[in-house]
Amino acid sequence: MFKKKTYPDFWNKYADSFDNGLPNLVQDNKFVVLDTETTGFNVKEDRILSIGALVLQQQTIPPKQAFELFVEQEHYNAETVKIHGILKRGSTKRITELQALKRILETLKNSVLVAHHTVYDVAMINNALKRNGLPKLKNKSLDTASLYFKTVTKLKKEELESHITLDDLAKIYDISKKDRHTALGDAYITAIAFLHILEKLKPTTLNDLLKRDGLFNFY
Amino acid sequence: MQNTISDRIADFLKKYPPFSYLPMEELQTFTPEITIVYKEKNTIVFKRNSAPHLFFYVVHKGAIGLIRQEDGIVLDICDEGDIFGLRPLMANENYRLEAKAQEESILYAIPITLFKPIVKEYVEIGNFLVESFASNTRNPYSNTHKGQLLGDTAQFNPNNSGSRLLDVQQVEYSSKIISCKPSTRIQTLAKKMSKKNIGAILIEKEGLPFGIITDKDFRNKVVTGIVPITAKAKAIMSSPVITYPSNLTITQAQMAMMKSGISHLVLTEDGTPNTNAIGILSKHDVMLSLGNNPAVLVKATKRCTQVDELKAIRKGVMNLLKGYLEQNIPMSLTSKIISELNDACAKQVIRLSLKQMDTPPPVEFAWLAMGSQGRSEQLLHTDQDNALVFATVTENNLEETRTYFLRLAKLITNGLHEIGYAYCPADMMASNPKWCLSVDEFKETTTKWITNPGPDEVLLSSIFFDYNLAYGSKELTDELASHIFKTVESYPIFLTHLASGALQNPSPSGFFRKFLVEQDGLHKDFFDLKRRALMPLIDAARVLILSHHIKGINNTWQRYEKLALLEPNNAELYLACSYSSKALLKFRTRQGLLHNDSGRFISLEQLNKEERMKLKRTFSSVKDIQEVLSVRFMTAIVR
Repeated sequence: MFKKKTYPDFWNKYADSFDNGLPNLVQDNKFVVLDTETTGFNVKEDRILSIGALVLQQQTIPPKQAFELFVEQEHYNAETVKIHGILKRGSTKRITELQALKRILETLKNSVLVAHHTVYDVAMINNALKRNGLPKLKNKSLDTASLYFKTVTKLKKEELESHITLDDLAKIYDISKKDRHTALGDAYITAIAFLHILEKLKPTTLNDLLKRDGLFNFY
Repeated sequence: MQNTISDRIADFLKKYPPFSYLPMEELQTFTPEITIVYKEKNTIVFKRNSAPHLFFYVVHKGAIGLIRQEDGIVLDICDEGDIFGLRPLMANENYRLEAKAQEESILYAIPITLFKPIVKEYVEIGNFLVESFASNTRNPYSNTHKGQLLGDTAQFNPNNSGSRLLDVQQVEYSSKIISCKPSTRIQTLAKKMSKKNIGAILIEKEGLPFGIITDKDFRNKVVTGIVPITAKAKAIMSSPVITYPSNLTITQAQMAMMKSGISHLVLTEDGTPNTNAIGILSKHDVMLSLGNNPAVLVKATKRCTQVDELKAIRKGVMNLLKGYLEQNIPMSLTSKIISELNDACAKQVIRLSLKQMDTPPPVEFAWLAMGSQGRSEQLLHTDQDNALVFATVTENNLEETRTYFLRLAKLITNGLHEIGYAYCPADMMASNPKWCLSVDEFKETTTKWITNPGPDEVLLSSIFFDYNLAYGSKELTDELASHIFKTVESYPIFLTHLASGALQNPSPSGFFRKFLVEQDGLHKDFFDLKRRALMPLIDAARVLILSHHIKGINNTWQRYEKLALLEPNNAELYLACSYSSKALLKFRTRQGLLHNDSGRFISLEQLNKEERMKLKRTFSSVKDIQEVLSVRFMTAIVR
């Protein structure tokens, strides 16, 4: 509490938004679906190159509230370029990591964060926060990968070997894979998959939904 | 800022009309404003009577049912690329139907305020949306909404008018010049003109055009007694002649005639009277070149002395038809004019055939056009269905008389075949002794059908009862018609059989608005427009109009219009049917002209989204009218 003053304004605003509780019903909640493109899969060493996020509320997605940010990074891994296609000195306009975090937190506020393999995206963001002297994310989060498993039968689960990629979800729900491996493109696929999953699970309350997801949450 | 989501929307929309009409840049101006809406199965998009949304919707994935709330009937299902919820765009009214997700769906919600300026700027988009709106609400008269939609700045798109470039089209003139000398006696002159069936003759002097004499000169100068009939050409000719070069365009020719108040132009080698005449151009030629005057074509059919010549006119009729369709002339008018022209051609074939007979007909007769021709719905060359009825003769003369008429009928059907009407594959033609009967015999036959209706009789009646007098005695056909009506009145069960027959046609669409295509045979995977869509409407109209004892209306949409007047509570359905039958006929005609066939079988892949939508919108009328039939005539009892 006494440390609070040392954080920048945008963090304080973010933290304050958690003073309000979340709506009880799933449909009344705001979800922020996000995806990060990174230099690699090592949570400690690799860095965020791009973040895409969109807002999902009342089962609608207003594209105007969706955005995709590109982040300046010194660390670079030529190996992953072929996946995300983001060059170290590309022509896209880049912002600093701190600016990106500010923008993300402004959008997130206390809403529920949704991603595919959320643990990974959250860890990447948390490490970025840490590098910039900020605490960890405070949001409740949902993972489309683990939620998907709640929709299928036990038999199917074994068949899937407990690993499901975003490509799998796109195929299952017939979502066009246009812009796959761009942050916003992947966020969109995640969002649509999330809607389909909700339709299957029909959770009544947000807590119910979080609980069901929790079994597969490892952190 | 880069936004892959709105790009995704734009990529989807550009595949479907009306958005496909928009340039990509224009599309991208409003795609960022479009909201993506997810609907779970069985959730409501909007309810009947709810206030208009700020959006209209395009289905991206899934299916949205439009439901009439009174009875819960699904009127339409919108699937991928379909548009719905247009009412707020057309009029500031509450929704009339309920929209409900039939399965889980993703919708694109397009803000109306943003889209209105686009509608104003792009006429095709406005037209498409009106069409689409009508298709969702089954309102054939949504043209009234057009004005509101387009605002008062709506402008006619000249590219769509289909006008032909008359200004650069050259005239076709007759190069066979009939000429005389100034000293020719006018009586000789007149005989020559009558023989050649021409309205003007050139007077030449030393091989050069010197004067011209037209029909008018005879009337004004000779018949009035001013010039005696024994006078010479010089006395009545107009001279000098007005000459033009032969490369005149149609417009120039019209202007020249108007300017000089004359009906004939003489064309010479260099355009002056000092060179040889190479042709005469009459007002009639100009009209023919214009090709947009049915009266001229009708006149031309009467001039034909051989079936061969009629063939050329039929070609003109087809061009006219193409032009009408291109210019979107109302179908009721188009079909009326084209039917009349077809009728004129048929009449001339009959006249020419009569001339070929050694003796005039022994008794009165009537040539009946049946089926589509009888309903004035035959625009393309399709099969000929006809019959010949002759006045009752004594038993002894019956076969002799029939032999005469069968010979005549043979000539006529051959002639019709020559000008493009295929022989009826079922041999339902007057050249078949079964269809060449005296009026008493016909009465007997029809009574048999009506009192003892099996499937064959029902089929025969349905073709025969649409007959129309093409040539000959009206009394005979009237006599037959009143007999049929009287008999039907005494055997009302016949109507039930007829209705049941009308319901035998296969359904046009299956569940989910999918077209049902032929499963096997020559036309496998094609859509049978005639059997699945047109015939159900035609058959239903016949039964209903017969049940009301209405004589003399053969045409399907006119029958529905009449029915709408007779049963005001069903007027909406009947008018929709009237509209649908016109739309389907137009569709068939267009397809036929495009592929040079009867237009009956349609390859669905070749239709664009808009055409498919137009076609689908008619199906709801088909289904509804069939329901009316099955309930009203209790067809279940004969099935």
